Amino acid sequence: MEWTPIWLSLKLAAITTFILLIIGIPIAYWLSRRSSWVKVIFEAILTMPLVLPPSVLGFYLLLTFSPNGPIGKWLLEYFNLSLVFSFEGLVVASVVYSFPFMISPVKSALAHLPASLAEASYTMGKSKLETFYRVLLPNIKSSLLTATVLTFAHTLGEFGVVLMIGGKLEGVTKVASIAIYDAVDNNQYGQAHQYSLVLFAITFVIVVLVFVFNRNSSGGPLE
Amino acid sequence: MIEVKVSKKIKTYKGISNLTVEHSFPQFSITKVFGPSGAGKTTFLKIIAGLLKPETGVLTVNGQTWLNTAEKINWSPQERRVGFVFQDYALFPNMTVLQHLKYATADPALIQRLLHLGQMDSFADHRPAHLSGGQQQRLAILRALALKPKLLLLDEAFSALDDELRETLIADLKSILKEFGTTTIIVSHHAKETENFVERSLKIELE
Repeated sequence: MEWTPIWLSLKLAAITTFILLIIGIPIAYWLSRRSSWVKVIFEAILTMPLVLPPSVLGFYLLLTFSPNGPIGKWLLEYFNLSLVFSFEGLVVASVVYSFPFMISPVKSALAHLPASLAEASYTMGKSKLETFYRVLLPNIKSSLLTATVLTFAHTLGEFGVVLMIGGKLEGVTKVASIAIYDAVDNNQYGQAHQYSLVLFAITFVIVVLVFVFNRNSSGGPLE
Repeated sequence: MIEVKVSKKIKTYKGISNLTVEHSFPQFSITKVFGPSGAGKTTFLKIIAGLLKPETGVLTVNGQTWLNTAEKINWSPQERRVGFVFQDYALFPNMTVLQHLKYATADPALIQRLLHLGQMDSFADHRPAHLSGGQQQRLAILRALALKPKLLLLDEAFSALDDELRETLIADLKSILKEFGTTTIIVSHHAKETENFVERSLKIELE
């Protein structure tokens, strides 16, 4: 069995999750504060990948990043970066596609924390940043884990978006889910079985770990 | 001396009402604030702590202006550093009793003293979820005291304590507040709860 597609999938999922942890948590915090029209619209846009058919999202991303379009052209000219049919393109697309899976649980957990927690910390002279890291984040640990795992697993299972923007370049954009499709398409059921089993095993282990970790939380393990 | 003259619109079931308070609290005094439910007692405490901003108002604490809306002075809660005991205690679920106190002060001797005062010595490594209601309330009080605040605001802070414990705590509290030079304002519904604690009272009503 060729392991490259599995590694590519894991690498893509890990990088996407890491990027979303960095940019997603501050955005989730911002969204969890008092709501405004701007936030409602912004959140609606971020949530679109959840309901949009992946091929639609992939199609628009393909148009956006195509060297014939203004953004794709600009990226190519100034940064020598092509986001179509490249691994970098997959990362960008995955970040967009998995955004709501990171934002939504974290935002909801932050919004459910009593306002008095942060207020108590402020009266004790602690800055907003220190309060965030020492009081708010530690108290949404299980939601943070859920968000991380959902993002990772969701990226691992991506198909439509990846196919649209990355194609199936061997060793570059041919991730496991596409390798399965490709194997079936070529009547190589044995290989499709192998990839599928590996993906099944990885995701199963991840979900079991989340359930074990969150078994004592008051909500369901995936809340 | 703490001088307050504030006015803030608050939402009530009858619509928008006006909370207006004008009062001077002598330094080192313990004042009880009372009034009907929804009259804005908690709002008043939060305005003093800097957690809410009134439409208009002036607040001076021992000669320092913490708030003056006309002159656009408004100290942040961090700068005011009042001791605040919240009605819901606002304990941090991720921290043990000891970690709560360490979060508030770096003085180990003070921490030991407070643990003893609140009869919490043997619960130092317990998290709030493993404390009784009365223990949680005591921890909230101890955490506020750990700041050695010039101003202590208590929102229904004795409601979960039994009579015996409350009386012991009140006696100890009074002496430590005197030592720290703290001026105290306590919101309470029940006269009995603050017996032997408060020296004066202020009624708050909506206009």
